[in-house]
Amino acid sequence: MKLSWIRPSLVTIAALMAACAASAAPGASELRFCIGAQPKTFNPLLVDDDASETVRYLTGGVLVRLDRNSQKLLPELATSWTINRDGSAITFVLRENVRFSDGTSFSADDVAYTMQKLMDPNLHSPTGDAFRSREGTVSTKVVGKSRITVTFPGPIVGLDRLFDQVAIMSATSPKKEMAVLGPYYVSENKAGAYLLLDRNPNYWKHDPGGRQLPYIDRVRLDVQQNRDIEALRMSRGEIDFINSLNAESFEALKSKAPQDVLDAGVGLDSEQMWFNQVPASPLPDYKKAWFTSNSFRRAISSSIRRDDLVRVVFKGHAQPAVSFISPANKFWFNQKLQPHAFDSQAALRALNADGFQMQNGTLHDRAGHPVEFSLITNAGNKDRERMAAMIQQDLAAIGIRLNVVTLDFPSLIERITRTFNYEACLLGLVNDDLDPNTQMNIWLSSAENHQWNPGQKTPATPWEAEIDRLMREQASTLDAKKRKQDVDRVQEIVWEQQPFIYLVNKNALSAVSPNLHNVHPAVLRPQIYWNIDQLTLGNEVATAH
Amino acid sequence: MKRARLLAVVFLGLVTVSSVLASVLAPAHYSHQFRDDPDAACSWHHPLGTDDLGRDRFSRLLYGTRVSLFLAPAAALISTILAALIGGIAVFSNKWAEQAVMSVTDLFLSLPWLFLVITIRALLPLNVAPLTSVIITFALLGSLGWAGAARVVCADTRRLCESDFMLHARASGFTGFRLLWRHLLPNLRPVLLAQFWISIPVFILSETNLSILGLGVAEPLPSWGSLLRELEGFSLLSARPWQFASLILLVATVSCFHVAMQSEEA
Repeated sequence: MKLSWIRPSLVTIAALMAACAASAAPGASELRFCIGAQPKTFNPLLVDDDASETVRYLTGGVLVRLDRNSQKLLPELATSWTINRDGSAITFVLRENVRFSDGTSFSADDVAYTMQKLMDPNLHSPTGDAFRSREGTVSTKVVGKSRITVTFPGPIVGLDRLFDQVAIMSATSPKKEMAVLGPYYVSENKAGAYLLLDRNPNYWKHDPGGRQLPYIDRVRLDVQQNRDIEALRMSRGEIDFINSLNAESFEALKSKAPQDVLDAGVGLDSEQMWFNQVPASPLPDYKKAWFTSNSFRRAISSSIRRDDLVRVVFKGHAQPAVSFISPANKFWFNQKLQPHAFDSQAALRALNADGFQMQNGTLHDRAGHPVEFSLITNAGNKDRERMAAMIQQDLAAIGIRLNVVTLDFPSLIERITRTFNYEACLLGLVNDDLDPNTQMNIWLSSAENHQWNPGQKTPATPWEAEIDRLMREQASTLDAKKRKQDVDRVQEIVWEQQPFIYLVNKNALSAVSPNLHNVHPAVLRPQIYWNIDQLTLGNEVATAH
Repeated sequence: MKRARLLAVVFLGLVTVSSVLASVLAPAHYSHQFRDDPDAACSWHHPLGTDDLGRDRFSRLLYGTRVSLFLAPAAALISTILAALIGGIAVFSNKWAEQAVMSVTDLFLSLPWLFLVITIRALLPLNVAPLTSVIITFALLGSLGWAGAARVVCADTRRLCESDFMLHARASGFTGFRLLWRHLLPNLRPVLLAQFWISIPVFILSETNLSILGLGVAEPLPSWGSLLRELEGFSLLSARPWQFASLILLVATVSCFHVAMQSEEA
């Protein structure tokens, strides 16, 4: 009886030990954190979501890297670079004896290949949009193995900074985009559950003591949509940091371990809603007419109590938003603009002037249709669900029925990028850089991320044409004053037209385990792990410093 | 056992009556946001405090009970009827058709139904009122949850068809609808009732699961599932024990259903 109990137990223990041995090498360090969704792509040129951006940052090798703390450019795969006088060409001198994670050699041909792919109009690369200041083709001139000149059709401001986003791909590797030059490579992908990134054995960087970087052997990215569970895992010590916390989790963690949380003040990210203005969308014509009406959009905006959103949803860890540039971005933010004030009476007057009438507590349009629309947002994001519920009540006060629909993220992306079968959407915008030039992929009417009406062949409205002109103009001049004027004007147009109804700018909230060392939190993304190859875990700190 | 059943029935009756009278008993409308008073503690104005948007939790519990307690039996009815029809068809058709029906049943049993519901919900029209949306959700649950019950019904129908009294009935000249109505259905009734009662807590919990994923009942309509989402705020719970009211009510109601059901089976 006893023996039969012991035997299976021994077998179980042996199996467990074998499993442990298989999962990680003895003494290997593993950094753990969560991503909000399964990455949509591993192709670094097609990245347009947060999870894919995380993988690109951890695996991609770039020519130059923006130091998130000092906001200065540092040499990476390029040892030096020069920009020509008018800012339309850049020449890189490349590091030699560098190899991709699969052992393939790195050369100027790989840079030329990457640029050619990046600027391919058929690829619709969101990263490539930032380089499109003028119509025309991009040419590359390779001189030897380690020198390349990239020439653009027109001047591009901050040209060298844009290369911080361009992960170099191998022109010859059979592994294609899975062969990388960054500190880690994707070793395992369990879709919807986790990703394992192992240390790139060919990573070129070494510390001053000659030790190959990164210090941490493996990074585990757990796919976790639920932010509460992420915070719970943080408090249990199952993950090492939370790059971006919501206000509720921040308050909860703060009450337990105030030394582990950090509120860096208003950040660069914003939360906004927008209406579907795609002409080919399967919406009835009368709804398309509402959504393309400036008065309608402004009335909706004026009916939302942003102060309540800040106070109730974000527990004071946010500010009412004004434009696509956060007040945290002191140089580029247009100081003349103020958040749209709550004024439901003014909203009703504007709607009346546009032919809308209140009948028995319900707003009707000129043709008698009751004003009702749906607002989609991603399921599991409690802040957005709460904001949607508050907006629902605010709009009910002016007779508008809002149906809040939460969708799983892939379904939501499918609707807003492919089928356009939605009416309004509430999402956030993640800003990676202070320079508005990096938002070209949103503001150009031809851009794929021009969410309210993406990929236009010609601008649908005069104000979008003006935004196109101003954004291209600011991207092609080196005169900082002129650029500032252009970007200020774009902010004014967006404030007047409200294609995005900006709601709040969230504070930059994060949490870091005391077990993780060499962390220097920054306002720019990725706030905590921007120096991933320098981070150390636990007792490794002594050897790293 | 009788006493336990009585208590369970009385409890279910009380819960049902109070949810029916929600509009009378609730101190506020379930969607009204007291924005100056979010996350409030228990008080005379708010017997169970307020939620994170300042909505009265007691009112939401009453209305949420109405939603969950009335729609779950409706979904159970749909699934039981489907199970009876499909199980019956399997027995009364030829062998090839029976195998086909049972294969479909096995396929439904092996499907990850939660993902199936999520996928189907994502394909539904967006612009529907919250009440319509919740009815659709429960209808979906009902129309996808018949497979297990169909297998039981099929096995029991086959057993009954092969029994002596059915043979006697056939020998006495009973055929077709009369045989079904007079002899088969009355004997199948206990099985169908048991399947119905079993399904109710299953559907309540299914809607709860969907709501916890954020894919259940649409705002601002409450349900037990959406109320349980509050319990995800792990660290605040110890300071606000009244947040457990929805969980306690759910557990008590599901337990009472089981007690009532066991007595029914007995």
